[in-house]
Amino acid sequence: MSPDPKTPVKIDALSGVPTTGHDWDGIKELNTPLPRWWVIIFVGTIVWSIFYVIAYPAIPLHSSFTKGVLGWSSRGAVGKDIAALRATRGPMTAALAKASLQAIEKDPGLLEFARAQGKAAFADNCAPCHGAGGGGGKGYPNLNDDIWIWGGALDAIFATISHGIRSGDPQGHDSAMPAFGRDGVLSKAEISNVADYVHTLSGQPAEQGASVASGAKLFAEDCAPCHGVKGAGNQELGAPNLTAHGSLYGSDKEMIVQTLTNGRGGVMPAWSGRLDLATLKALTVYVHTLGGGQ
Amino acid sequence: MSLRQQQSREMALEAAGGSSPMHAPRQQIYPQSVSGVFRNIKWALLVATLAVYYLLPFVRWHRGPSEPSQAVLVDLDHSRFYFFFIEIWPQEVYYFTGLLILAAMTLFLMNAVAGRLWCGYLCPQTIWTDLFLLVERSIEGDRRERMKAAEGPWTRQRLTRAVRKHATWLLIAWWTGGAWVLYFNDAPTLVRQLATFTAPPIAWIWIGILTFTTYFLAGHMREQVCTYLCPWPRIQAALTDEWALNVAYRYDRGEPRGSAKKNDALRLAGAPAGDCVDCHQCVAVCPTGVDIRDGLQLDCIQCGLCIDACDAVMLKVGRPERLIAYDTDVNIRRRAAGLPGLPTRFVRARTVLYAAMIAIVGSIMLYALTTRGSQGLAVMHDRNPMFVQLSNGAIRNAYTVRISNKNTEPRRFMINVGGLEGAQIEGIGAAVEKDGALILTAGPDQTLETRVLVTAPLNVQLPPSQNIVFSMVDLKTSETVKVADHFLAP
Repeated sequence: MSPDPKTPVKIDALSGVPTTGHDWDGIKELNTPLPRWWVIIFVGTIVWSIFYVIAYPAIPLHSSFTKGVLGWSSRGAVGKDIAALRATRGPMTAALAKASLQAIEKDPGLLEFARAQGKAAFADNCAPCHGAGGGGGKGYPNLNDDIWIWGGALDAIFATISHGIRSGDPQGHDSAMPAFGRDGVLSKAEISNVADYVHTLSGQPAEQGASVASGAKLFAEDCAPCHGVKGAGNQELGAPNLTAHGSLYGSDKEMIVQTLTNGRGGVMPAWSGRLDLATLKALTVYVHTLGGGQ
Repeated sequence: MSLRQQQSREMALEAAGGSSPMHAPRQQIYPQSVSGVFRNIKWALLVATLAVYYLLPFVRWHRGPSEPSQAVLVDLDHSRFYFFFIEIWPQEVYYFTGLLILAAMTLFLMNAVAGRLWCGYLCPQTIWTDLFLLVERSIEGDRRERMKAAEGPWTRQRLTRAVRKHATWLLIAWWTGGAWVLYFNDAPTLVRQLATFTAPPIAWIWIGILTFTTYFLAGHMREQVCTYLCPWPRIQAALTDEWALNVAYRYDRGEPRGSAKKNDALRLAGAPAGDCVDCHQCVAVCPTGVDIRDGLQLDCIQCGLCIDACDAVMLKVGRPERLIAYDTDVNIRRRAAGLPGLPTRFVRARTVLYAAMIAIVGSIMLYALTTRGSQGLAVMHDRNPMFVQLSNGAIRNAYTVRISNKNTEPRRFMINVGGLEGAQIEGIGAAVEKDGALILTAGPDQTLETRVLVTAPLNVQLPPSQNIVFSMVDLKTSETVKVADHFLAP
C-alpha cells in the first residue's frame, strides 16, 4: 500500500523499522521493503500475461472466446497427440487388421496388443450396456460366461459386433421372440403353464401348484421349433438355451411370463461402419478371451 | 535486521524522499578471503562433494549383458533406477519416500546438535557460491579491490576481468549441467555424443537449463537464495533450542566492545572491558553480509568463517581465541550471569527422538531392501462381473495376474491356486496349462500380464467369499511368492 507522503514515517522504537502507520490494539505492522528484483519479476509477469493473452486463447466472450494469434487450441493439441499415438501403433494396428482372428490369438505379441486395444475400445463403446468388465445386466448379455445366444466362437463374435442384432444392418442377426400373450396366441393360463415348465428346464424346482405337464405340451407345439425339443436353444436363430443357468432377463417365473406375453427384441448396434477393422478384431479377441469364448 | 539490510533500507528511505519505500535495492556483498580451521573444512568438503557430483556418473558397475553398467543411473526410458547393487522399479518408489524421510530427519538432527551444518557446509547453493567466489576473488582481487573497482569507472582492466570472470563462471555452470545429464544416460556414450554434437536435443536443453540456474544462483543470487527463496531458515528457527550448538558471538566475553587500546586501558583501570575490538572482520568475511554480533539470525548460514576471521584478530591482539565459536545459548547466558558453563548436552528429547526415527526408518528400509525378492506377483480380482455362473451351474472367478522377473535372465514360473479344493485353473494369453497349474515364461527384467480363470467344482457349497492363495514358484530355484485373494460366489 502506498503511504501518504504528507504523514511522516513512523519508526517502530524496538526494531528501528518504519511502520505502515497501522495500529491494531498496539500491534504495529512493520513496513519491510521488498527486494527490488522481486518487484521487477512481479511486474514482469504482468507484462508477460499481456503477451500471453494476445498469443493464446484467453478472454471469454458472449458465445465464444478470443482465439489468440498463435492459433493454439487444446482440441488441436489432443488431435496431434492422438495422431502421434496412431503413428506409433501403426505397424501393430496394420498387422492386426491383416491377421486372421485365430492367428491373432496364437501370436502372444498380437494377442497382448489386441487385448489391450480391445479393452480400451470396449470401455469406450460397449461398457455402457455390457458393463465395465462385460458383466452385463438385465437384457444385456454377460460376456464372461459360456452362454451365447448367437455363438461364442471367434467368427460368430466378430459377426455380431460388426453387424449387430436387429440393428437394421442387412447382414445383422435378426429374429424375434413372438409376443404370445399380446397377440392372442396363448391365454394367460396357458402362458403361466409354459412359464412353469420353462422354469424347471434350467434345473430349478417347480413352483407349488404348477402344471408342468400341460406346459410341456404347449412348449413342444409353440416353442420347440426355435428353442429345440429339450429347450437347448439354437444359435443359428438366436434362440437362447433355456436349460442354462442364468438367463438374459432373469429366471424367475414372473419374468418368463412377461417374456412370453410381450416377446423380446433387444438391439445390439452394428459397429462395422463406426469402428475400423483392427478395432473390430481387437474387440472380438478381447470379448473372446474374457473367459467364455468357444 | 542485518547491517546490510539496514543500509539498504536507509538508502531506499532516502531515495523515497523520507517516506516509507516499497522496495529496496540489493546491497552487493564483497566477502573477504579468510583462512583457518573452518575455511579448511569447507575447502575439503567442497572438493569432496564436487568430486562426487562430477565423477560419480563415470563409475562402472557390471550387472550383466542386458543391464546398463553405470553405477548410478536414472533410466527414464526403461523406468529403472540403478544405485550400485540396488535396482529400483517404478512400483518401488517407496524407497525414495524412505530416503526423503531419512534426509529430513538427518537435517533436523544436525540442527538439534550443531545448528545449520547443512547450510554452512553441505548445501549445493553454499558449495557452488563458494566456488564462484573463489573464481571472483582470483580474477578480480580481494574485498577491497573489488569494492574499489565497483565504485570506479569501467576501465579496460575492469572490463577484461569481468569478461574472464563471467566466462569462467559459465564454464563451471556448463560443466555442472553437463554432469547432471550424465546421471540419466550412459555417461561415456553421452560425453562422446556431446563432443561430436550428436547428443539428443533433450540433453542440450537440460544442460542449458542447469547452466543458467547454476550461473544465476551461484553467481548473481547468492545469499538471496538463502534469505528469500529457501524455506529451511524459517523452519530451522522454529526447530532450534537453547542447547543446540550454533555459531555465536560470546557477548559475555566480548562486551563492551571497543578499540584494543581503549579496552586495554579500561582493563588496567579495573573497569569492565570486552574482548571485541570492533574490527568488523567478522562482517567482512561473511558471505551473507550479516553481523554475527547481533545474535542468531535468519540470514546467517553458520558457515563458521567469522570464527576464523575473529580468531586471527584475537591472536594479533593477544586475547584468547574463539570469541566467536560454536556455543549454546544456555552457556552464554550462564557465563554472562557469572555462572560456570555446563558441558554441552547432546542427549536431549529431540536428539533422541530424531535419532530413533532415523534408526527406525533406516531399519525398515534396510529390511525391505535385503528381503526384496527377485520376482513379483500381483493379482487383481475382476470387478465386473464379480463372479460368473456357467451354463452347467459352476461358479467361476476371473483374475488379472501380473508377474515380474527382476533378474537378468528369462525365467519360468509355475502358478498355483490353493484354498479351493478341486478348483480348475485356466490361463488366457501367455500362460500354458500343465498338471492343473499354469506355466509362464517372463523375459529378463520384465513383467508379464495374463488373465487367470478359476472355476470351483460343481455341487460344492460355496460361501459368498472364500480366501484363496495364488502362489508363484520359480521352476529352477523354487523361490516362491504368495498372494492372498478371494473367491466370490452368489
